[in-house]
Amino acid sequence: MKLERPDSAGRFGSFGGSFAPETLMPALTELERAFTEAWGDPSFREELDGLLASFVGRPTPAHRATRLSDRLGIDLWLKREDLAHTGAHKINNTVGQGLLAKRMGKPRIIAETGAGQHGVATATAAALLGFECAVYMGEKDIERQALNVYRMELLGTEVIPVTSGSGTLKDAVSAALRDWVASVENTHYIIGSVVGPHPFPWMVREFQKVIGEELQGQLDGSKGHPRPDVIVAPVGGGSNAMGVFYPYVGDTSVRLVGVEAAGLGIETGHHGASLGHGSPGVLHGAMSYMLQDAEGQVLEAHSISAGLDYPGVGPEHSYFKDAGLVEYDSVSDTEAVGALHLLSSTEGIIPALESAHALAWITREAASLSGKTVVLNLSGRGDKDVQQVAAFDG
Amino acid sequence: MADGRAALTAMFASARSEGRAVLLPYLTAGLPDPDSSVEIFAAMAAAGADGFEIGIPYSDPLMDGPTIMEAGERALKRGMTVDRSLDVVRSVVERTGVPVLVMTYVNPVLHRGIDAFFGAAADAGAAGVILADLPVDEAVPFVDAATRQGLGMVLFVAPTTTAGRLEKVVAADPAFVYAIAEVGVTGERDRASVNTASLAASLRERSDVPVVFGVGIASPDQARQAAADGDGVIVGTAIVRRVLDADSARAAIEELTPFVRDLASAVRR
Repeated sequence: MKLERPDSAGRFGSFGGSFAPETLMPALTELERAFTEAWGDPSFREELDGLLASFVGRPTPAHRATRLSDRLGIDLWLKREDLAHTGAHKINNTVGQGLLAKRMGKPRIIAETGAGQHGVATATAAALLGFECAVYMGEKDIERQALNVYRMELLGTEVIPVTSGSGTLKDAVSAALRDWVASVENTHYIIGSVVGPHPFPWMVREFQKVIGEELQGQLDGSKGHPRPDVIVAPVGGGSNAMGVFYPYVGDTSVRLVGVEAAGLGIETGHHGASLGHGSPGVLHGAMSYMLQDAEGQVLEAHSISAGLDYPGVGPEHSYFKDAGLVEYDSVSDTEAVGALHLLSSTEGIIPALESAHALAWITREAASLSGKTVVLNLSGRGDKDVQQVAAFDG
Repeated sequence: MADGRAALTAMFASARSEGRAVLLPYLTAGLPDPDSSVEIFAAMAAAGADGFEIGIPYSDPLMDGPTIMEAGERALKRGMTVDRSLDVVRSVVERTGVPVLVMTYVNPVLHRGIDAFFGAAADAGAAGVILADLPVDEAVPFVDAATRQGLGMVLFVAPTTTAGRLEKVVAADPAFVYAIAEVGVTGERDRASVNTASLAASLRERSDVPVVFGVGIASPDQARQAAADGDGVIVGTAIVRRVLDADSARAAIEELTPFVRDLASAVRR
C-alpha cells in the first residue's frame, strides 16, 4: 500500500531515513517542519498554483500521438512535461522549493544537476524569486550539456564544475551536499529528484505529483479521454516517474512501469539500473537500491542520458519495487536513441533522451500492449541532447 | 574479548588526571602505502599522539573536504579495501599500543553487516568506530552492535545541533562525543580562533561524557584552544596534507614528527 507520507524516521518501509552529517540534521528537521506547515497553508498553495499556471504553463497537455499509435497498434498518449517552462518537469519542484526557501528566509540557493535540466529550472526559480544561486555540475556533464551551462549563466547562476569521482550527477550531488554542510545557516539546497535524506524524497514527490493529478483529470474515461491502462516513465533519481505514478499507485487497473538506463547493456556493467540490478545501501543520505561493489563502494553509473546516469534512486521507488506496486525495467543507449528518432520523425516532438528511454520500452513491448491505452510521461524536450545524438549516430 | 570502550575511557581518565586533553591524529589507511602508513602512525605515537583515527577510504565522503577526499581516492586507486585497512589498524595497535578508532561512512558497514564489520574491527584491535554520516537518529542498531562487539561508538554534535538533539546524543551513551568545531566539511581553516567554548559548555551541563573537537583544527594554536574546552582534539586534514605532499614516507615522517610534537604539547594546555 502506498504511504501518504514516510514514518517519523523518514522511512518508506525499510527505505529512506536520514543518513546525513550531524551539521545538516537540524536543517533537515527545520525543513520538514517548514514544508509540513507550508503544504497545509492555503495561501502557500495558492501562490504556488498561481505560479504553476502563469509562469510554468500548467496544466501541461495530454496529447494523443496519433501516427505512432497507428504504427504501434496501441492508443498512445503523451503527458507533455516537455512543454513546461524550461522544457522539463523539474520546474514543478524548483518553484515549489523556491517559494519554501523564501518563506524560510534563506537568501541563497544551491542545486546539483546532471543533464542540466534541474540546474536550469533552479536558476530560473532563483531569478524569479530573487535568490543568489550556485549549481554544481560534473565536468563530464558540462561538456555534454554546454547549452544548459550557458542558459544557467544567462539566468544569473554560477555553475561550479565538479571534478571528483566520475564527474557526473553522483559527484555533483555529493559536492552540493558538501557546500550545504558549510553553508546551511543561510542556504537552502534544492535537490532535484526524489532522493536525499528525509524530508527531500517526500517533499519532492509532493511537488511533482501534480503531473499525475492532472493526468487523472485529463484521461478520466470520458468520451475521447480513455483512462490509462499503462503509464510509463523514465527513472534516474525518479522524480518525474514519482510525479506521474504516485496518484495512481494502488489503482490495480493501471500498470505502472519505470524504465531505467541499461546503458551499454546490463551485462557490460556500464548502466544505471539501480532498481533492476543494484542492491540496498545508503547513498546521499537515504537507504535505497544503489549500484555498489563488494566493498560497499559506490559504482559509477553509465547512460547516454545525463539525467539517468546515477547509481542511486529515490527510496520510495525502492519501496514500490519491493511492494510490487510498480514494475521496473531497462533499455539501452541504442534503444533510447532509436526511440528519440522515432518520436521526432513520427510526431514532430524531439524528446529528451531520458523520456526516449520510456518510449523505447513501449516500442519494444508494443505487441503485448496491443489495443491498450498507454501514457508516456514525456518528462522533457530533447533540444539539449541534439548534439550528443548527432555524435552517437556518427 | 578486549574492551575497546574501556581502553578509550582509560585514555581520557589518564589525560584528565594529568590535567590535559588527548591528541588524536587522523590519517587514511594505506597512505602512501600500507607498510609506510604503519611507520607514519608509529612515528606520530612516538611524537606524542594519544590515539588515532584511521580512515577506511570511501568513494563518496560527504563530510570531507578536498584533501581527505583526495587521500581516499588515492588509497582506493591503490587497492585499499576494508580488510586491508583493518590490517593497518592491527599493525598500528600492535606497534604502538594506543587506542585506535576506525573512521568511515555508513555504507561499507551496512554492506558487510554491522555486526560483521564491527566484529572484524574489534578483532583487528580497534577501540571504537566513527561514522561521519551517522546522526543519532539512525544510531541505535550501530550503538547496539558496538556494545555487542566491545567497541566504543562515537556520536557527533555540531555548532548547529539543537538542545533537544544534544540530549539525544548524550542519552545514547557514546564512548565520546565528536564535537564538530566548525560548520563545514573537514579542512584547514585560516583563522585564529576556534568556536569550541559554547558547544563544550552545553555538553558539560548535561553529562561528563568526554568531548573531542575536530574539523577545522589544523594548527597548535587552534589545538590549544580546543583542548582548553574539551577532552581531546582530532587533527585530520593538516596531517593528511603533509603525507600527500611528501615525496616519500621518510619525508612525511620528518615533516610530521615536529608537527605532532607541537600539537601534543599544545593539548597539554
